[in-house]
Amino acid sequence: MTRRRVLPGLPLALGITLVYVSIIVALPLGALVFKAASLGFADYWAIVSSPRAVASYRVTVLSALGATLFNLVFGLALAWVLVRYRFPGRRLIDALVDLPFALPTAVAGIALTTLFAHNGWFGSFLSNFGIKVAYTPLGIMVAMAFTSIPFIVRTVQPVLEDLDPALEEAAQSLGGSDASIFRRVILPLLTPAILAGVSLSFARCLGEFGAIIFIAGNQPHETEITSLLAFIRLEEYDYQAAAAIASVLLITAFVMLAVTNLLQARALRYTVKN
Amino acid sequence: MKIRLDSVEKSFDSFRAVRGVSLEVESGELVALLGPSGSGKTTILRMVAGLEYADGGSIHFGSVDATDIPVRDRGVGFVFQHYALFPHMTVDENIAFGMKVSKQKRSKAQIDARVADLLRLVKLDGLGSRFPAQISGGQRQRVALARALAVDPKVLLLDEPFGALDTNVRRDLRRWLREIHQELGITTLFVTHDQEEALDLADRVVILNDGQIVQEGTPEEVCRQPSSAFVMKFLGDTNKLKAMVTSGVAAIGNARIEAPGFPDGAVDVFLRPADLDWANEGEGISATVARVIDKPSGRRILAVTESGEAVELDVAPETVVTAQQRGVVTIERARLFASA
Repeated sequence: MTRRRVLPGLPLALGITLVYVSIIVALPLGALVFKAASLGFADYWAIVSSPRAVASYRVTVLSALGATLFNLVFGLALAWVLVRYRFPGRRLIDALVDLPFALPTAVAGIALTTLFAHNGWFGSFLSNFGIKVAYTPLGIMVAMAFTSIPFIVRTVQPVLEDLDPALEEAAQSLGGSDASIFRRVILPLLTPAILAGVSLSFARCLGEFGAIIFIAGNQPHETEITSLLAFIRLEEYDYQAAAAIASVLLITAFVMLAVTNLLQARALRYTVKN
Repeated sequence: MKIRLDSVEKSFDSFRAVRGVSLEVESGELVALLGPSGSGKTTILRMVAGLEYADGGSIHFGSVDATDIPVRDRGVGFVFQHYALFPHMTVDENIAFGMKVSKQKRSKAQIDARVADLLRLVKLDGLGSRFPAQISGGQRQRVALARALAVDPKVLLLDEPFGALDTNVRRDLRRWLREIHQELGITTLFVTHDQEEALDLADRVVILNDGQIVQEGTPEEVCRQPSSAFVMKFLGDTNKLKAMVTSGVAAIGNARIEAPGFPDGAVDVFLRPADLDWANEGEGISATVARVIDKPSGRRILAVTESGEAVELDVAPETVVTAQQRGVVTIERARLFASA
């Protein structure tokens, strides 16, 4: 006898889900890996460890780290302000947070380039201090931060909203200062959401393409990101090399998501019942 | 530490939650703030704690004016209705929190020893390394109390402390809280909407309605001499019947009740179900039984009087009575209030 279920629809729902995950996610990734694997190991290694590729990893990963760190601080502050205070324009700012998701990334890239070019509004101001943004790794960071900030805000915001005010009141009645309450009570409770936001933001930074190529300058060894390098190989009809380089991005993203999941499970261990 | 409230006022937007409440709680006393929801009892407690600031009036702790002292410096222990334990900290860490963030520095050994003492006091030895999600509701409430006591508060404030618990757990915790209070002698103020809890636990009960105190006194005083129809109704099941007073005697059906000092005319008679009895005939209010409900301690009769008023009475378990039976409700005790 088959076990009877109360909730209907499992076979259909699971079937649809599996088919779509296979077609949309697993199949392209499988093709990528398959293509890369058609190279021998020596050839594969030669491509992914070439100086130009390694330089692109460094630029991509360091910029992504910088952008994510910026998003962590600024996104947390933004979520905090949106949840905790009521002020005119709050709903407008709340809506603006999603703009980077809605805007075509190429448009964002062109807009940022215009602003940060040496004759743009921000660029001409910053050049007074000798700071160059457009066509430097700093520009890559700006583009990455712009396109990925919603991830942090939108993951932290609901958790912050659901935080029981009585927890803070309890901490206050026990004599905690604002700083110690934030550090000992609020921040630990936000940590799982922050980790989720940070990992999504970082993954998006690693893969961002459209917004970056306009502002980066794309100098090989200096401001060339990995996804652009893969794209260049593709343009040269060198599909195997493109797949090899892309596979490095893929592996990095997987490892990073696995690590954040582990960290998240650790941060949430207090919710586990006996 | 003695607590004194003087004409305390509090409004939220246009709603006047607390309207000129004056109250004294003697040092070491255990006092209940009792009232229906919206009566302002929790707001009063939160103002005493410093979680809300009073709009008017003053709050003194001993001789110190505490009205404007922020909660973190007020030295109160506050126990929240839903515990408000820090979910990411173990029981030990929860209890130690106040000592860790205190300006008064303590060594780790001192803190550990104090935590162990408190765990013993609240009978939770051995559960120190659990997280709040891993213990029962009653245990959580005890952790919350231990955490509040850890910083040696001058007064202990509890907001509906047992509201979220099962009846049995609630009764045990009540008795246990009473013992702890006896042991520590800390001035304690707690809020409840449950009259049984207030009468069971408190030295003195303060009954609130619409942001004002309507009566305060020992459980005996408020039970035996309710000052108003509201208190009478709020403290327990009550029948309200209409009666006519003529020359100091109230009449309902064939029953007569002494009504000294009441002018001639309509009056409301309040009767607890236990103040009434059932007879097949005699002096009383003629009525027809609508339903009989059996309880462990006796039988409750739901009856309808001749004049169509519903009345409930508790009778001895041996009483023989069935639905549709006609008979007489006799009155042993009654309390009269002028008709509203």
